[in-house]
Formats: sequence, structure tokens, C-alpha cells
Amino acid sequence: MAGAGDKLNRTLRRNAAGESSRERRGGRRRKIRGSQGRRSLKGRFTSWLFLLPSVLGVALFFVIPFGVVVYYSVVNNPVQHVYVGLDNYVRTWNNTAFRLAAMNTLRFSLMAVPLAVGLSLLLAVLMEDRIPGRSTFCSFFLSPMMVPIASVILIWQVLFDFNGLVNVWITRLGFERIDWLKSAHAQLVILLLFLWKNLGYNMILFMSGLAGVPQEQVEVARLESASDMRIFWTIKIRYLSSTIMFVTIMSLINSFKVFREVYLLTGDYPFDALYMLQHFMNNTFLSLDYQKLSSAAIIMSVVMVVIIGILFVAEDYLDRDLE
Amino acid sequence: MGLFRRKESKIEKRVRTVQTPAGRRRRRRAFRRKAAATVFLALTGLLFLMPIVLTFTNSFMTPSEISANYGAIFATTEQGARMFVGETVNLKFIPDWVTFSQYITVLFKSPEYLLKFWNSVIYVVPIVVFQLFVAALASFGFARYKGRVKQLIFFLYIILMLMPYQVTLVPNYLVAGRLHILNTRWAIWLPGIFSPFAVYMLTKYMRRIPDSLYEAASIDGAGEWEIFTRICLPICRGGLMSIGILIFIDYWNMVEQPLVLLSDPELHPLSVFLSRINTGEISLAFAVAVIYMVLPMLMFLYGEEYLVEGIIYQGGVKE
Repeated sequence: MAGAGDKLNRTLRRNAAGESSRERRGGRRRKIRGSQGRRSLKGRFTSWLFLLPSVLGVALFFVIPFGVVVYYSVVNNPVQHVYVGLDNYVRTWNNTAFRLAAMNTLRFSLMAVPLAVGLSLLLAVLMEDRIPGRSTFCSFFLSPMMVPIASVILIWQVLFDFNGLVNVWITRLGFERIDWLKSAHAQLVILLLFLWKNLGYNMILFMSGLAGVPQEQVEVARLESASDMRIFWTIKIRYLSSTIMFVTIMSLINSFKVFREVYLLTGDYPFDALYMLQHFMNNTFLSLDYQKLSSAAIIMSVVMVVIIGILFVAEDYLDRDLE
Repeated sequence: MGLFRRKESKIEKRVRTVQTPAGRRRRRRAFRRKAAATVFLALTGLLFLMPIVLTFTNSFMTPSEISANYGAIFATTEQGARMFVGETVNLKFIPDWVTFSQYITVLFKSPEYLLKFWNSVIYVVPIVVFQLFVAALASFGFARYKGRVKQLIFFLYIILMLMPYQVTLVPNYLVAGRLHILNTRWAIWLPGIFSPFAVYMLTKYMRRIPDSLYEAASIDGAGEWEIFTRICLPICRGGLMSIGILIFIDYWNMVEQPLVLLSDPELHPLSVFLSRINTGEISLAFAVAVIYMVLPMLMFLYGEEYLVEGIIYQGGVKE
């Protein structure tokens, strides 16, 4: 009985997730109907007409040049075209600026992603109670997402400058002033900005994920006087696994975009702790070192694909656990 | 925002209203927890709103008040040297004198800000419109007909979408160089228009439209183009709005692309330019900042549901 209920819920959730059983059945049906060869051929042709502009554009601006990037990464320079194997990769990998940028970006992501996921989940759980003024709070948390970072950067400068407000408070409490943007704490300032900007987005995702948790199970658990904590960790978190994965991926991608904030706050040449991968790329663009650019881009894309692949596999594993 | 609100079920209601000592204790505890959550959310929510409100109120200050409040910060950054300034820094909510002098200076006396604002508009509007158009066509192709090749291409789109700028800007730069459009507006427009993001989102949206609808129209004699314009697009109106908002904020905020693809600062959008005026004309900066956030803020006020829906679409859906 419970098993059947589970299955139903799962289908509902799947449907809500856009991957309906209709599609799969539809696909099968089309195969059985063999008499439609002509129509489907025409259909196939029209479908490619619809796809054409986008596919051409993506091919021209992303795929083909990416092939060129791969090519550039294994030749000595764009004029001589001598194959040098992995030399460029080794050179980029050993480059101190690249190392610094990669380590900084990695350190930032390792701090930012878990915090962004955890805190937004907390907010979403708190929102789940029928509290008054819920939609207003929701708007409050979401509004930073809409505000251009460039607009609020002034406030951050007022807060975290050496002569800024935070230092005024700190000295009042009797501590030494810290030059926030030029110290080991620099990443914390950016982290605050990052969380401010991204928590609302993640929270909405978690709220919709929580709304999809089957209520029957929660009710049964509650009747058997399970604590809310227990209900959350044993029931809800399992149904949230795909949302958690998605939020993690999005936070990761957004944490790579944090160059924006750093650039607007500190310009082209930030303190060492804030030297991000995009800074490295920008500087390499200026010197037009195609080999370094290409190999760096490819190293990054491989790392990205590996990370996302791992997350997908992990999510799949958790999902199967649910079944 | 009735979106996430679930109805209280019968069992829940009975649990809530049952009159036993344990039930009463449970209810009291629940009430206390709810109160704590409300207070916590209200406080953090206000904290989140603070930077926006402060930027807004500060834009009504007179230049002298601005320099009195923040002179200590921006005066030093301007010279690059660090010196101790005795003045205290004030972050004030309410200006002593409410004036529009900042706005008047920005709007009527310094055309470069308006030019940069106009640059932003000129980049973002065509990108939103044409990315949606190209994506609508492609998504219809992806959603209406399935094939192994199409699935593969769609998967490729997803991977491309997930790639950070650090990766995608290199190919974009190479192509722009080859097409001789580096340092022109086309270098921003074209990669923006063909960005795979909207295709991914819209395809997800369109896959929910039942095939039977298309088939019925087809039997009634509608051609593919008619099915697309008369049936598919009207159904997707909400989705187009949501995705349009997401594209808009992404490009309104852009920093990486202009920095790499446009070497001429004249062509830069306001998002990049704003970081440069902070040090110079601090007395205007708040007004410019407000002018820059008015458009997305209005969108947020009128289209919050669309935004929320767009986010949920992005997330609830996975391949």
C-alpha cells in the first residue's frame, strides 16, 4: 500500500519535473506506427528548419571556435602550427598566476557553495511554516537578485573600506582596524556580497522543492510523534536531493562569476587573495597569449564537466536510494 | 506567491486542534517556534533590503552632505595613498536635505552617464528579444520532434549553458576576431543572441504542452508554422516573460563580456562604467546607481511572479 503511494508520488513529482511518462509512451507509439514514414521525414525536415538558426549560431560562436581552442592548445603558436602535445597545458599549469587564480577561485567556491546551499535551505525551511508576511519576506530575499551589483557596490565600499563603517564599529569595540579588501579577509567581504545576491534565488528553488514533498509521509511521521528535525532529515531531505544538486551546481557556477563583484569593488589589480580566474583570463587576453588562454579554458571546462558529472552521479545514486 | 502554500490537511488540522495536554504543549511549542522564525526572517529580510534602501535614500543627499559623510573613504581611494582622516564615516538613512540635485546633474549636466545607460539598453534589448525568438524556434524543434541527434545536441546545449564565462569567452573572442567585429556592438550582441540558456529553458517549458494539441491542429489543417505561432507561442507567453526577465538581469549586469570584447571604453555599458565613477564623482554615484537599478526594480515589482516561476522552471527541471 505504502509502496503504491510512493510510486504515485514519484510519478507526480516526475511529471512536475517535466519528464512525463507521456513522452516516453509517445516515443514508443511513434515507432509502432510505421506507416508514417513520409510525414515523419517531412516532419524531421521542418524540425531542422526550426532548429537551424540556433544550431548555426551556437556552432559558429561556441562549438567551432571551441574546436579551434582545442587546436590552439596543442600547437606552439597560431602562425607556425607545430604540434607540441601537452606542453601548453604544463606551462599553464605551472604558471604561478594561474595557480594563484585557481586556488583563490577554488577556495572561494569551497566556502561559498556550502554556505549558499545550507543557508538558503534554512531560510526555505523557516518559510515553510505558515508565518505571517511570508510573501513579503520572500520579496525581500529575492530583491538583491534583481539589483545590478554595480549599483550597490558603493554601500559595500562604505562598509568595508579602511576608513569604512565596519572599521569604525570595530575600533569602538576596541579592536584593531582591518583593511578588509587588502587582507586575508578579503574573500569574506566578497562572500557576503555573494550570499546577499544568491540566497533568494536558492531559497525559491528549495521552497518549490519542499512544496513537492509528499505530505502523507510527513503526516504519518508526525502522528507517530517524530520530531520536526527527524522528519526533516529522514523524509524531506531525501525528496530534496535533486533540488540540492541543482542548487549546488547553480551556486558553483555563480561562484565562478564572482569576478564581477571583485572587479567592481577593486578593479583590475586586486589584492592577491582576490585574484580570480577571470582576472587571469583578462590579463592573458591583453597579452594575447592564445596558447595559455586555450589551455586554461580547456583545463577549466574539463574541471567543470568532471564536477558536474560527479554531482549528477551522486544525485542519481541518492535518487535510486529513494526508490 | 500562493505558489508554495499547501492546504492544511484534515489530519493536520485534527493534530492541531486536539485538546490533550500533549497537544496543547505541541501547539504552544509550534507557536513559539513560528514566532521566532518570523522575527528572524523579518530581521534578515530587512538586512537584505538595506543596501538597496540606503543607495536609494543617499541619492537624495546634497553633494556636500555626501562628501561630509563619505569623504573619508572616497577621498583616500582617489589618491591611492592611505592616510588617517579624522572625519567619521556616517551611513545615514535620511538625508538632512532632500534634493534632486544629484539627479539633475546626472540627467542634464553630464551626458556621459546617460550615454552609458543608453549603451546598456542598446545591448540588452536586442539580446533579450532575439535570444527569445531564436530560442523559441529551436525549442519548438526540440520539443515537437525527438530524435537521437537532437537529444545529443540538446545535451550539448546544457553543457554549454553550464560553462562559466572564463571558458566561453575564449571561443567568442576568437570568432569575433575572425569576423572583425571585435570592439563593436556585434561582439556582444551575437554571442548573446545565440546563448543556449533560453533554448534550454523554453524547451523544458514546451515539452509540457501535450502532443495531442499539436496533432489536433495538424488534423485541422494547420501547417507547422501556424502551429508554432498560433498554439505554441500563446501557451508559452508566461514562460517567455519569465525567461525574458532572467536574460534581462543577466545582461543588464554584464561585466566580463565588455571587458574582454570591447577595448573602447566608450562602448562599455553602465555596469562597467559605474565602477569607475566611484572614485571620481562620488557625489553623483548614488543617483547613477539608482538610475541604473530602476529598470530591473520595476520589472521585479511588476513581474515577481514571473521571476519566481522562471527560477522554479530552471530548477524543478532536470535532464
